[in-house]
Amino acid sequence: MKRRVVVTGLGICAPNGVGLSNFCNSLIKGISGISFHKDLADLGLGCQIAGKPEITESLKESYFTALQLRGLNSSGLVYGVMAGTDAWLDAGLDKADRDQPDWDSGILFGTGILGIDKLRESIYLIDDNNARRLGSNSVMQTMASGISAYLGGILGCGNQVTTNSSACATGTEGAIMGVERIRSGKAQRMLVGSCSDSGPYIWGGFDAMRILPSNYNGKPEEASRPMSASASGFVPGSGAGAMVLESLDSALERGAKIYAEVLGGAVNSGGQRGTGSMTAPNSQAVQRCILEALMDAGVKKSEVDVINGHLTATSKDAEEIRNWSEALECSGEDFPFINATKGLVGHCLAAAGSVECVAALLQFREGLVFGNRNCQDIHPDILKLVDASRIPQKTISYQPKIMAKASFGFGDVNACIIFKDYKEI
Amino acid sequence: MADDQRLAQLKDIVSIYLPEDVSVEAIGKDSSFVNELNINSANLVDIVLDVEDTFGIRLENEDMDKMQTVRDALNIIDQKLQDKK
Repeated sequence: MKRRVVVTGLGICAPNGVGLSNFCNSLIKGISGISFHKDLADLGLGCQIAGKPEITESLKESYFTALQLRGLNSSGLVYGVMAGTDAWLDAGLDKADRDQPDWDSGILFGTGILGIDKLRESIYLIDDNNARRLGSNSVMQTMASGISAYLGGILGCGNQVTTNSSACATGTEGAIMGVERIRSGKAQRMLVGSCSDSGPYIWGGFDAMRILPSNYNGKPEEASRPMSASASGFVPGSGAGAMVLESLDSALERGAKIYAEVLGGAVNSGGQRGTGSMTAPNSQAVQRCILEALMDAGVKKSEVDVINGHLTATSKDAEEIRNWSEALECSGEDFPFINATKGLVGHCLAAAGSVECVAALLQFREGLVFGNRNCQDIHPDILKLVDASRIPQKTISYQPKIMAKASFGFGDVNACIIFKDYKEI
Repeated sequence: MADDQRLAQLKDIVSIYLPEDVSVEAIGKDSSFVNELNINSANLVDIVLDVEDTFGIRLENEDMDKMQTVRDALNIIDQKLQDKK
């Protein structure tokens, strides 16, 4: 029998809330974290709004040493360290002793590109024949695994410490990989999560692809419109989410609080074949991924009662809903409750999966399904498949039992994870 | 007098790189940066850059190689400042 895995800690650094209680409050009330950013306007980007966590200097000082703060110019690293450290402490775990790592605890913390502002700063120095002035911290702030390396040092984890990267599926994929490591008996605990930098050098490329909304610069909070007929592109976001995954045995032994059980998950790729491409998902692969996740979890299609979708606020949302509907063989009023966290935080790119997993998991604790912002005008193609009552506009009271969370990324990659309400026996 | 002042300036520079369990008082003229003060060797390059900024000098790779102790650093700083005159 597979070892059971539970979630014992959460940490979050999101555009609409830094720290679990702020984030949860924003999710319940539908508070948006999308705002206008003058730097994007000054650079002439079409989309001048974004989701960016607000971090004060004094808050940073409680996570980083004075030395670490010197020359720190990697926003994703800041978000990731904050969320990761918070999740660890939320799980009731201590940092390892000075001389002895915690061999049973590992870290799998993903990102897309890390420290792009630091990279830019470094490139300017190098191009100015001044590479010697980079100092020692340019490498560690810009290597992709910088985030897991920083967290590894802060927490003293002695098991696998690594970074995964699969575009917008990164966070969800990482959680599944963490589950697999614990299931296989190679670790007792895995801190999993993902982070994404903020700023024009991350978001500009998406602006160039013309997949971001440019007509909401004056009304940022209305811009991110998953499942809406008037959706006109995803709003770029940033931040980090983190979860402590732990074997059920270890969690019970420690008397840890348990947010939910992770029943299983699946990752796959559409191979950029059929309807799939570098930027578009192959629907067949998406459906297979959902079904494989259910099979891995040992859950029947009809048991899924809440979905947290990928739902980015592009024309692809209706296709995603169709994939859920066909994979789960349900529609109309039988369709699970579904929500899209992106309506509040935008698309946090590599951080999306983990930020949204944290949002999804908080619903178990709260006995709520968080409302969908900005989809009063549900897309007609979605209404053909799903009854409007299944897409709550406001947060509703409902205790989820089996929740599916999926993320899809560039490169035609998919990840789907299945959570279950944990009841003490 | 200038020596004492330079030592004080150097202590200011070095203090941020000290591990938690090493205090500023532990910095003496004969202290080895890596072996006694337990400074991460990767941070020596940062100390060199800070020294350059503070004293308005430039240190070369061979200067850095010679800079094992606080006294070494003071001697190099002194030499560079002399050269500047």
